[in-house]
Parts: sequence; structure tokens; C-alpha cells
Amino acid sequence: MSSEEKLPGWREIPIAGVPYKPSTEYKTGDWKVYKPVINYEKCTKCMFCHTYCPDGAIKIREDGFPEPDYDFCKGCGICAEECPVKAIEMVKD
Amino acid sequence: MSEIRTLKDLAQKPDLLMSGHRLCAGCAAGIIARLALKATRGPTIVTNATGCLEVATTIFPYSSWKVPWIHNAFENAAATASGIEAAFRAMKRINKGPLAKYEHVDVMVFAGDGGTYDIGFQSLSGAFERGHDFLYILYDNEAYMNTGIQRSGSTPRCAWTTTSPAGTVIPGKREWKKPIARIAAEHEIPYVATASPAYPMDLVKKVRKGLEVEGPAFVHVLSPCTRGWRYPPEKTIKIAKLAVETCFFPLWEAEFKNGEIVYTLSAPSERIARKPELKKPIEEYLKLQGRFSHLFRPKRREDLINEIQQWVDREWKLILKRCGKL
Ligand SMILES: Cc1ncc(C[n+]2csc(CCOP(=O)(O)OP(=O)(O)O)c2C)c(N)n1
Ligand code: SF4
Ligand code: SF4
Ligand code: SF4
Ligand SMILES: [Mg+2]
Repeated sequence: MSSEEKLPGWREIPIAGVPYKPSTEYKTGDWKVYKPVINYEKCTKCMFCHTYCPDGAIKIREDGFPEPDYDFCKGCGICAEECPVKAIEMVKD
Repeated sequence: MSEIRTLKDLAQKPDLLMSGHRLCAGCAAGIIARLALKATRGPTIVTNATGCLEVATTIFPYSSWKVPWIHNAFENAAATASGIEAAFRAMKRINKGPLAKYEHVDVMVFAGDGGTYDIGFQSLSGAFERGHDFLYILYDNEAYMNTGIQRSGSTPRCAWTTTSPAGTVIPGKREWKKPIARIAAEHEIPYVATASPAYPMDLVKKVRKGLEVEGPAFVHVLSPCTRGWRYPPEKTIKIAKLAVETCFFPLWEAEFKNGEIVYTLSAPSERIARKPELKKPIEEYLKLQGRFSHLFRPKRREDLINEIQQWVDREWKLILKRCGKL
């Protein structure tokens, strides 16, 4: 959030708080120390990495291969741990 | 649920829980909520009890939810769900109001173990008894995590928490885990199930079934928590799987049919029932988690490990009996 941005005052905010921005405007990618890198020669498109990612940070490309979105990936390492063919390596970000 | 048969089909379903939420890296609650939302079948309203999932997905002014979402207090998630369902029916009846145009609206609750076993239990039991049409998803991380790891009615015996410390006088929590899913089933509601993020297709099918039945449904999902269970974040799925493989957390469904509660084992547990040598010792589950480290260091507590094993064996036998396997 930039500091110049004007936030609504309490009179403008509806009764009960209503979050009005998608969380995709908040990048969690800078939490990570290690990032997943996929070896596409090994990947079988099994989709386990996409399914198990707590952050929905593995998108599916047009060609059906998974691709990490480093803007949101927190580097938990679940995808690398669970990939059945060990196609994902965690490397220092 | 013919349109979702494989993980590939599931991957094609859009994510209704957006990225950018602030659950800890590796938190199972994120996996569970993503999967559950992929199982929705149409207009769905979610209500969420206070807890990690609620806090981390809706830090003002951001929200991660692509469905209408209501935060309620800790103790009344099921009451809020009852109100939403009653409002929908009233709008249909008089054909007026914002929901009147929908053929059907599904109501889904997410609540933690503190909000379910303990503090929200009376509103949950009441909503079951009144027979509202809603699905309640308990994501069970076995403590009050959002306020810093306090024991709940779900915390297993011997687990360390900040209010059940492990020291020279007591070895962590002294009480056993309350059998909440069996208690839910005893309400004679149409559908109850246990599920695990490690078995995503099973979880998604159960969530969909819970939405499809008429009346209350309850799905209890074990939700490993890297902070509170004290393990490295990449082990979340390994640990969730071991909970099933050791029979600490068997997977089953219970349907109320023709005046009877009919229990059925789900595939991962059914395999173990058929081949008991597949059942892993509980130690394999315990030793990966720092909250149980005092059972192994400084001195191995064979007595306590045995005690937990006996509890697991007893509970597993009870489930086998209910499922007609003994
Ligand atoms: C009535 C009430 N008491 C206490 C709190 C403080 N509180 C907020 S979140 C939380 C823990 C929730 O535990 P649980 O339901 O297990 O969810 P988790 O955070 O573990 O996911 C507590 C005690 C509250 N919000 N409301
Ligand atoms: S888990 Fe591994 S093999 Fe499967 S889609 Fe992901 S990278 Fe490819
Ligand atoms: S490291 Fe964790 S957050 Fe990053 S893509 Fe893999 S599973 Fe998702
Ligand atoms: S404390 Fe536990 S349940 Fe809460 S966000 Fe972190 S890992 Fe998830
Ligand atoms: Mg909890």
C-alpha cells in the first residue's frame, strides 16, 4: 500500500467492515527464502503441486504445465516435497 | 460429481480463494479452503468463525474470498449459517429480495477446532437439531492457533501447547481428543465425514456430497499447523498422510438413512482395514512434530507413547465396528 493513497474515513466505511480490495494486490512473494524451480523435462503434469499449494501460487499454463507465481509463493516447499517425480527443486531466492 | 474425476479436472476449476492471504507458509488451512471452494456447485455464501483462516484471509482492506463471505463471532458460525439459509428460503417464498432469483444457494461454514469443539458447539448442535440446509467444515489444527497455541477440546493427549506445557510435572495436555465427528453423527443429520488435505479427491467429493444433501452436513478435516505442531512447513502433507496411515485420523463417512446411522470407511482407511499390516505405528506420526518432542527427549517416554498407541487402537477398533468391519 503506498503511503500517498487516501484511505476512506470512518464515515465512508459501511457499517461492519467490508474489505474492498482483492488480496492479490498484496504480494506475499517476499516472504520466501527458497523458491521452487520446475524441471519441465521431468514434469508429468500430474497436478499435485498445484493441488497442494496453500497459496494457489502454482498456475497452469496454456500448454498444461504448472508454473509457480513468485509474486505469491511463500517458499513453503510443499510442492517440491510432494512432486512424485522430484521435478521441483527449491533454490535460494 | 461427474465433472471432477481427476486432479487435472480439479486444476481446471478456478480458485475461489485468492492468493495474497497471510496464512503461514505451508498452512494446511489454505489447502483445505482452496479445495473445498473448488467443490462448490453454484451460488455459495460462506460464513467464517474467528480464527487463523478468517483473520489471515481478510486483513482489511483485503479479502481473498471470491464468494460472498461473512465473518461472525467465535461462537455463532452455525447460527449465522442458519440465518442465511432461513433468509434465502423466506426470499424464495415471497419472491422478493436479492437471493430470490437463485434456484438454490449453498451455505458453507469454515470454523476452527476452538470455534467448533468448545466455543461454537451449542450453536452448531442447535443448527443440526433445527435441520438447516448447510455444510459445516471444521478445519482442525488441534489448538487455538490464532491467539498463540492454546489447548482446545481437540488437542490430543500429551501435545504441548502454551496452556498445556510439557515439563517435569505434566507431559503436555492430559485429556484425550473429543470425538467431535461421531458426536455430530449422533445428531442424526444426513451427512458427516472426516477428510484430509493429503487426499484431495476424497476431500472434494465429501465437500460436494455435504453440499448436495438436504439438511445439515459436517466435514471434519485435519489441518496440520506448522507453527503450533512445530514442524518444517514442507512436511504438511506428509504429516496429514501419516495421521491417516497410523489410524490416528481414520477417514470415513456416516449417512443417516432409513432411521440408521450408516458408517462407511473411505478408501485410504479401507485399505488398512483390509490389510492391517499397513497400519503404521503412531510413533512415526509423533516423532515428526515438535509438540510431541518431550516424548522422545531428553528421555524416551515409552509409557506415554504406548498409551497414545492404545488410544489410537481403541478408536480405530471402534470405527471398524461402526463400519461393520469387526
Ligand atoms: C469470544 C471470543 N473469545 C476469544 C477470542 C480470541 N480469539 C480469536 S481467534 C482465537 C483462536 C481460534 O481458535 P480456533 O477456532 O481453533 O481457530 P485457529 O485459529 O486455530 O484456526 C481466539 C481465542 C475471540 N475472537 N472471541
Ligand atoms: S507435482 Fe511435479 S510432476 Fe506433478 S505437475 Fe507438479 S512439477 Fe509436474
Ligand atoms: S513453495 Fe509452497 S507456496 Fe511456493 S509454490 Fe510451492 S507449495 Fe506453493
Ligand atoms: S498458526 Fe497454524 S493454522 Fe494459523 S496460519 Fe499459521 S500454520 Fe496456519
Ligand atoms: Mg484451531
